[in-house]
Amino acid sequence: MNKLQQVFASGKAFIPFITAGDPSLEITEQLVLQMAAAGADLIELGIPFSDPVAEGQAIQDADSRALSGGATTDKIFAMLGRIRKVCQVPIAFMTYVNPIFTYGTDGFMKNCQEVGIDAVIVPDLPFEEKDELRPFCLKYDVNLISMIAPTSNKRIRMIANEAQGFIYCVSSMGVTGVRREIGNNVEQMIKLVKEVKDIPCAVGFGISTPEQAAKMVEFSDGVIVGSAIVKIVEQYGVNCVPYVVKYVCMMKKAIK
Amino acid sequence: MSKGRFGIYGGQYIPETLMNAVIELEEAYDYFKNDQKFIEELDDLRKNYAGRPSLLYYAKNMTKDLGGAKIYLKREDLNHTGSHKINNVLGQVLLAKRMGKTRVIAETGAGQHGVATATVAALMGMECEIYMGKEDTDRQALNVFRMELLGAKVHTVTSGTQTLKDAVNETMREWTKRVKDTHYVLGSVMGAHPFPIIVRDFQSVIGCEVKQQMLEKEGRLPDVLLACVGGGSNAMGLFYNFIDDANVRLIGCEAAGYGVDTEKTAATMAIGSVGIFHGMKSYFCQDQFGQIAPVYSISAGLDYPGVGPEHANLRDLGRAEYVPVTDDEAVEAFEYLARIEGIIPAIESAHAVAYARKIAPKMSQDQQMVICLSGRGDKDVAAIARYRGGQIYE
Ligand SMILES: Cc1ncc(COP(=O)(O)O)c(C=O)c1O
Repeated sequence: MNKLQQVFASGKAFIPFITAGDPSLEITEQLVLQMAAAGADLIELGIPFSDPVAEGQAIQDADSRALSGGATTDKIFAMLGRIRKVCQVPIAFMTYVNPIFTYGTDGFMKNCQEVGIDAVIVPDLPFEEKDELRPFCLKYDVNLISMIAPTSNKRIRMIANEAQGFIYCVSSMGVTGVRREIGNNVEQMIKLVKEVKDIPCAVGFGISTPEQAAKMVEFSDGVIVGSAIVKIVEQYGVNCVPYVVKYVCMMKKAIK
Repeated sequence: MSKGRFGIYGGQYIPETLMNAVIELEEAYDYFKNDQKFIEELDDLRKNYAGRPSLLYYAKNMTKDLGGAKIYLKREDLNHTGSHKINNVLGQVLLAKRMGKTRVIAETGAGQHGVATATVAALMGMECEIYMGKEDTDRQALNVFRMELLGAKVHTVTSGTQTLKDAVNETMREWTKRVKDTHYVLGSVMGAHPFPIIVRDFQSVIGCEVKQQMLEKEGRLPDVLLACVGGGSNAMGLFYNFIDDANVRLIGCEAAGYGVDTEKTAATMAIGSVGIFHGMKSYFCQDQFGQIAPVYSISAGLDYPGVGPEHANLRDLGRAEYVPVTDDEAVEAFEYLARIEGIIPAIESAHAVAYARKIAPKMSQDQQMVICLSGRGDKDVAAIARYRGGQIYE
């Protein structure tokens, strides 16, 4: 069983997202270690991008704080090297296709393998373009995560068929951000996936409360929470670690 | 390789949420571009609403003054709404209407594409929302009011560099929120497939007319075609029907801002590298980690860190050349054309005029060049006055 399969093997997965370098890489390092200790099953680590078109205000702001704080792809790899000496929590990168392509896809995936990045999530790389990254992901054993959205309809079969690791189910229309109402056809989307393939499905976009998370895992295998955590980081800055830990514990408990 | 490629460039690098929308758009376009009724209706709008064909004007004074090639101006500035942008918008909004959409959204830089979209939305009874960077709502304030007058809602974009790039980001975000009833009227030959093809096809009326007009006036094809390049739609529209005419030089003029050796530039072909952004693989101004660079030009319409994928390919093939033109050169050309021909060009178009001033004197008198005057300069008058130290505000 590879590390990604383990994420979903022992019950519902809680997957927190943070932007690397927000407010600094030192804090990010602490956050990863402490969230892992608090029960995060997989950590989604954002490589900040200047123009994150799939992101709402909260993560846009996190990206610009990280970039103006000096975070770069190389520094993030170096930080992961330090983390891996003490912690083996599964980690997925979330970033846009340009930071990977411009870095050099081969070198990027090679580094991912070296620092133990288990997967990459790339919101501006749809099924039709996956060959841009896929050969390199295969070469270095990094899972390229597929996304499905409320508009995917008939595409779900095609996407699920070739998916690996897990499927990221975009719960609602639009960009990331905390929502009061989560889209109501996620359950249907996941059903369609499971008809085609027995692959874990994690739901993301909009989830912030324990109640929402508990509801989502009734029909999914895990929840991804980004903006809600990033907002805590924004509010408490360098002092955010205990607050984020408390939140992760609460969410983890809610989906037990 | 995926769909919509020009060599290695182009593609469809967009969120899954939008994939069915662009597929639906492609299918509709492939159908309607051959639909007789659609073609006739577009043709009628071009003639009777936009005022096409636009004139090909022999710039006698400029030709005499520069003493070299014979200079023609393709007068896209005389179109309704004052620029070439209406060509694309008429086609796209008509298509959106046929697709059953009731709402259009668009980004705008200089405001010309926003004004054109608001105009055609008003004509066709569509709801319209325009996204414009704060920097641009400031420097093109009159166009904001113009769009509102036409019934559009204008959103001021305050993220990122607050210019055209950020307006595109925000319009894409809005489209992922609401795609069912909404068409995104992309304003240049950029973005995900099929946009670069659709926009190019609707703009190619420029080059079609030029070819015919040159054959009528001169009995032969021009030696040089010049156009400014932001995303590249007026240039692509002019070039497209001449690509196979190997003897016609195609020259795109990019905005160099303070100069290509400074940080304040938007000359993508001169300083950019291959990347993937805004749905396409193409050239972009960016750093070694793929962060898109803040760019600068006096011209809001050219202040963009990328360029359309078909241009990237024409450049790699050596079929078209791309040259940088600075703010100073563009402003001088703006004033020059006003004085010598009595035509005030858009500051975007003035970039092409500036380069013509450099090369026309070196060409022989039996050679001919066509400059695409992509828009009129009314919108720029106050900004140019300020550039020259005046205190004129709109
Ligand atoms: C008059 C005019 N010319 C040119 C441009 C640049 O766009 P493109 O390169 O797509 O022709 C603009 C954009 O706003 C414009 O308003």
